Amino acid sequence: FGLRRMMSTSSVRSADMSFTFAAPNAVHYNAAVVRQVDVPSFSGAFGILPSHVPSLAVLKPGVVTVYEEDGTNKKFFVSSGSVTINDDSSVQILAEEAHKVEDLDINAAKEVLAEAQKALGAASSEVDKAEAQIAVEVGEALVAAAQ
Amino acid sequence: MPNLKLIAMRLKSVTNIQKITQSMKMVSAAKFAKAERDLKAARPLGIAAQQFYKSADIQSDKEQPKEIFVALTSDRGLAGAVHSNINKNIRAQLEAKIAAGGPSAIDNCKIICVGDKSRAFFSRFFPKQILMVGNEIGRLPPTFNDASKVANAILSSGYDYDTGKLLFNYYKSVVSNETTELPIYSQELVLSSENVSVYDSLDADVVQSYMEYSLASLIYYCMKEGATSEQSSRMSAMDNSSKNAGEMIDKLTITFNRTRQAVITGELIEIISGAAAL
Repeated sequence: FGLRRMMSTSSVRSADMSFTFAAPNAVHYNAAVVRQVDVPSFSGAFGILPSHVPSLAVLKPGVVTVYEEDGTNKKFFVSSGSVTINDDSSVQILAEEAHKVEDLDINAAKEVLAEAQKALGAASSEVDKAEAQIAVEVGEALVAAAQ
Repeated sequence: MPNLKLIAMRLKSVTNIQKITQSMKMVSAAKFAKAERDLKAARPLGIAAQQFYKSADIQSDKEQPKEIFVALTSDRGLAGAVHSNINKNIRAQLEAKIAAGGPSAIDNCKIICVGDKSRAFFSRFFPKQILMVGNEIGRLPPTFNDASKVANAILSSGYDYDTGKLLFNYYKSVVSNETTELPIYSQELVLSSENVSVYDSLDADVVQSYMEYSLASLIYYCMKEGATSEQSSRMSAMDNSSKNAGEMIDKLTITFNRTRQAVITGELIEIISGAAAL
């Protein structure tokens, strides 16, 4: 994938990024100050730093990496969701499901992928095929993340 | 003098009612505890989901925009004022429109009834405005899946709304909740709004997926707030009901004893006067 960086040229700029990362099952960050966030999106994976140009993006199944102020980084697997970067440098990532990568079990992930591939093979209608394809993508990303 | 048997029957039935409302209160308290925990996690999600719309500050410039009201209630009653607050709020808004512009002013407004309580209300007052109805709500705590089903139904309803309002009860505390509305917008309106052009590199696909997900997130947040408000309201309603039943039992017990003593006194008088006659 390619990394692209964009500096905002608007006059309203804040020094810190107010980062909220929430999913229905848990809130991982709530208006926290972090250094950088890498997100996998349908328009390509990109990193968000403070003063990123405002944008909207949709998450692809994959790993979100959060680089915190003290230098450590945390990885979370996300299934899908949305990313909002506002012009006051606040970033909201809303994920449908988000879990720490350490909590993923590689064998369970492989099972999920195998089932999804079976469903894709058995799918008949367009809608079923599309849904099965989505499940396969999530399964593949899960296995990649769990390794 | 009321019949002893009648009072005894009433006493028995009120005692049963007290037991039932007492147990409903316990059940609601347990569900409320869980709902409040879920709400703690869901609130940051709701605030984050609204952030984009707050920053973008989208306005509709049409004279009579097509509006949609989503009434987030549930199927189950005995919950105090939660459902009727939402229903009355929507009715007041529609009646204000009629007062301002005549009966045809609400032709552009449709209602989506999530939950049987709102369906029953609006099928009496505004049956022509009901667009669709959702039921089997309220038994289990709301999940993101449920919210996405509602969002899906709204988007595929075929009705091209310009703006919309999600009506729900915002949970403030165990004894208080407030009927609140969240605005929702159509994709065209968002794309054509000037503040949105600040956001870089948006293509139609991304905006559509973003709006769909955003709608589902907002509905999920409103459902979580509504569920917590409903359980807390049912808890206090059932508690009041048990207290009232308790008072009635006290009063009825006193009347029962008084009646019982009067009956015994009457029998004694008969016996004594009968014996005295011999």
